[in-house]
Amino acid sequence: MKVTIDGISLDVPQGTTILQAARMIGPEVAPPTMCYYSKLKTSGGYCRTCIVKVTKGSNQNPNPIPKPVASCRTEVLDGMEVQNVTSSEVLEARKGVVEFLLINHPLDCPVCDQAGECHLQDLGYGHGAASSRYEFKRREYEMIDIGPHIKLHMNRCILCYRCVKTAEQITNGRVHGVMHRGDAAEISTYIEQALENDFSGNVIDVCPVGALTDKTYRFKQRVWFTKPMDAHRNCKTCSGQVRLWLKGEQVVRVTRAKMPGMKWSPLFAIHADLIIKKHRIGLLKVPLKFNGIRLYHKTITST
Amino acid sequence: MSAEVHGTQKFDATKRTQIVFSASAMALVQKLISNYPKGKEKSALIPVLHIAQAEFGGWLSPEVMDYVASVLQIKPVEVFEVASFYTMFHLKPVGKCVLEVCQTSSCWLNGAEDIVHYIEKKLGIKVGETTPDGMFTLKVAECLGSCGTAPMLQCGASYHENLTYTKVDQILEQYASEGRPRYYTDLDYTNTL
Amino acid sequence: MATTLLLKHIAVPGIKSLDVYRNMGGYASVEKALRTLTPNQVTEEVKKSGLRGRGGAGFPTGMKWGFLAKPEGVPRYLVCNADESEPGTFKDRYLMEHIPHALIEGMITSSYALGARKSYIYIRGEYFYVSRILQHAIDEAYAAGWLGENILGSGFSHDCYVQVGAGAYICGEETALLESLEGKRGNPRIKPPFPAVAGLWGCPTVVNNVETIAAVCPIITMGGEAYSKIGIGKSTGTKLISASGHINKPGVYEIELGLPVEEFIFSDAYCGGIRNGRKLKAVVAGGSSVPILPAELILKTAQGEPRLMSYESLAEGGFQTGTMLGSGGFIVMDDQTSIVKNLLTFARFYHHESCGQCSPCREGTGWMEKLISKFLSGTAHESDVDLLWDIQSKIEGKTICPLGEAAAWPVAAAIRHFKSEFLELARNKSYVEINHYKRLQPVS
Ligand SMILES: Cc1cc2nc3c(=O)[nH]c(=O)nc-3n(C[C@H](O)[C@H](O)[C@H](O)COP(=O)(O)O)c2cc1C
Ligand code: FES
Repeated sequence: MKVTIDGISLDVPQGTTILQAARMIGPEVAPPTMCYYSKLKTSGGYCRTCIVKVTKGSNQNPNPIPKPVASCRTEVLDGMEVQNVTSSEVLEARKGVVEFLLINHPLDCPVCDQAGECHLQDLGYGHGAASSRYEFKRREYEMIDIGPHIKLHMNRCILCYRCVKTAEQITNGRVHGVMHRGDAAEISTYIEQALENDFSGNVIDVCPVGALTDKTYRFKQRVWFTKPMDAHRNCKTCSGQVRLWLKGEQVVRVTRAKMPGMKWSPLFAIHADLIIKKHRIGLLKVPLKFNGIRLYHKTITST
Repeated sequence: MSAEVHGTQKFDATKRTQIVFSASAMALVQKLISNYPKGKEKSALIPVLHIAQAEFGGWLSPEVMDYVASVLQIKPVEVFEVASFYTMFHLKPVGKCVLEVCQTSSCWLNGAEDIVHYIEKKLGIKVGETTPDGMFTLKVAECLGSCGTAPMLQCGASYHENLTYTKVDQILEQYASEGRPRYYTDLDYTNTL
Repeated sequence: MATTLLLKHIAVPGIKSLDVYRNMGGYASVEKALRTLTPNQVTEEVKKSGLRGRGGAGFPTGMKWGFLAKPEGVPRYLVCNADESEPGTFKDRYLMEHIPHALIEGMITSSYALGARKSYIYIRGEYFYVSRILQHAIDEAYAAGWLGENILGSGFSHDCYVQVGAGAYICGEETALLESLEGKRGNPRIKPPFPAVAGLWGCPTVVNNVETIAAVCPIITMGGEAYSKIGIGKSTGTKLISASGHINKPGVYEIELGLPVEEFIFSDAYCGGIRNGRKLKAVVAGGSSVPILPAELILKTAQGEPRLMSYESLAEGGFQTGTMLGSGGFIVMDDQTSIVKNLLTFARFYHHESCGQCSPCREGTGWMEKLISKFLSGTAHESDVDLLWDIQSKIEGKTICPLGEAAAWPVAAAIRHFKSEFLELARNKSYVEINHYKRLQPVS
């Protein structure tokens, strides 16, 4: 199937979304995303940052699509023509979306653990307007603990649904979800309940903002003062692919590693990209030369 | 957002064990479930929550929702998500009679705000509050499909339309003496309003 | 005498019951369809009739039925949209409450055309008492053999169920309705796939409005050709209009499409003119989401032609000077009405009803409500009008479902036609709430 994005054409297999095609072309034309997470089924479509304009539907039906579409959820049709950065309309609309995402965001980056690896921060710098026109009181929630290891800071949440879908698709005992509706919608367990499951820690990794943070790491360090290092630990349950965040010789945080080319392999079912709690907690504060850890690279460049 | 509406709620496992549908309610629930294909029992969730709300004191406590989840064999969180989405489910205790005055366009054009003020003065409570005797809760609602007979209020399953101050007086008196509204489960064909 | 089809027998005592309904010629369409027509022929008649969806969008019903996927071995469903929550609209309730069998008959005939073994009527929770009336009608229909196995010996079997919602306007959007019917939150689905391919429980599904389904009965009984002669141009047939606001005779009226708007507002056969001798200021012609028009534009188009109650005539002039027929919720405002305050009730409604899935609608609807409130509390600046305009333009078309447009259009139209009222409030901080209740009491 042939698709043209911002004047650049390429062939993609059937079922490819506009976003995936754009990413194949390169970061210059790839729309920014917030809620889409490639490894999850039916993710994306909510935040609307990835909207693009379809100027030609397909060879079969060349009419343009009248409204902008979410590129993460729209599949390519043969002959489709798409505008992203070449359309001022798209850029203007995206600016609007970013503004909407930020009007109720606390903008507390200086005290946020996610700072430095926050998608919303990047998005705001890259695509937003310089100042906010929102003059009203921002939504405020109290911070809550969901279990001993995870902190929920709802003020920062953009309701991307990624953590809910992760829990739904990876664990079989989802206890948190989206409650209430409209601008009162929130991520919650509803009754005091802990996300207690071997894989539950992964919801922290999929959170694009600082709403779900690792309690073992909160406020300990700024990301840019730590040094990431990818490693492997033999494990029967999960992939064992971990990223150790080092302060000197000490492991201060453990997250799942993002290995290039790693697939959601059927062998591990959907667990291939995930790590279990044992590693998240167990590897903390251990010296580097720990048995069972195989270091992949000496150091890797921070994202 | 106030912590009232948001955040986590207390759950009492001992209370939960005492919650069981009455036999007639259970029969209705089973009948509802049979309306859907095998494996799609969850579809009955909303009607079943209506029954639960009528059965267990006019609101849905975490314990009640947990019970509903066990009846339909779904995760409790799925029930919480749904119950908190729809405005007709009360997640906090409410008065015996919840008066919901429609305030959207056509009702406003016909004096809904004045009706609200009248009730506020009469009951001595503000919108969102409950009378000290626990009899009435006053709420405002969005369009209830009664625009041609505005202004109107809903209480339980009953619509009270073409409201005047005198009519409001009568309605309040009637409920105060009967002590409860018509619940959804009270209704049958001959007794639709 | 104007043509009436759906409400023809509304005044007949006992029309709620099956016996009386049958005596007045009810269930003739089921008999005709099951005895003499194939399912495809029924669809063809509906196509010929030119019937357009009465739920708001006005999409040709026959064409929609034609899109229904028919894979082997997969059940198909007909779902009736009785969620009716658009402010200003109460026609479906009126029809179901008084002539429930008109809907049940339509459900059977339409399901036959679509090959649906089961159908569901999703009715808004607040209409619970109406759901009981429908359930009783369904029970009567089962007892008389109109529902169940092998109807009229034709080999066609059908079951019809009623399900109540629990208070959410968004469940009127067809994919949100299907989610709700499946026992989930009423979050609209991301399309494609469309319900015609993957709807209820992933099966091909047609969702139609109550009035659309009821209109199938006269179409089959009289023939699609004859139905298409009623009305005007591409607006065929009759339409139920819910009239409310400052008029002498609010209520539901069945009109033949093409009736002049002026006649509808001022004739004693319909709204009977403006209450208490006041003047007409503005009309919202098709439910809260369609653009409001000032008196001069609702009575006559920008070209000076009389405006008619039809899909085309109301839309004449585009959004610049026109509006839409929508769901037929006709809200009339007299000359003492504050357009800004009325807009606030709409904005509050959309804010309250946003499902919260996508960011422009979740954040934007609340923002608009807060901004509009400023005009009424005397804290607005003139520049707030431009900001409001900009926000609505950034919601419109950027959302998952059309609730974004529904929330943005009324704001845009109010600014387009009544900008001076906003500016006046911003300059003079002069809003005074009038006591509508006292004002509207009949003068004795
Ligand atoms: C936010 C929203 C609310 C809607 N509410 C209703 C409704 O209450 N009743 C209805 O029949 N259609 C409603 N619709 C339109 C439906 O999505 C759908 O178009 C309609 O049910 C199709 O039926 P029809 O073709 O018979 O009109 C709504 C649409 C949107 C976007
Ligand atoms: S990334 Fe596509 S809508 Fe959020």
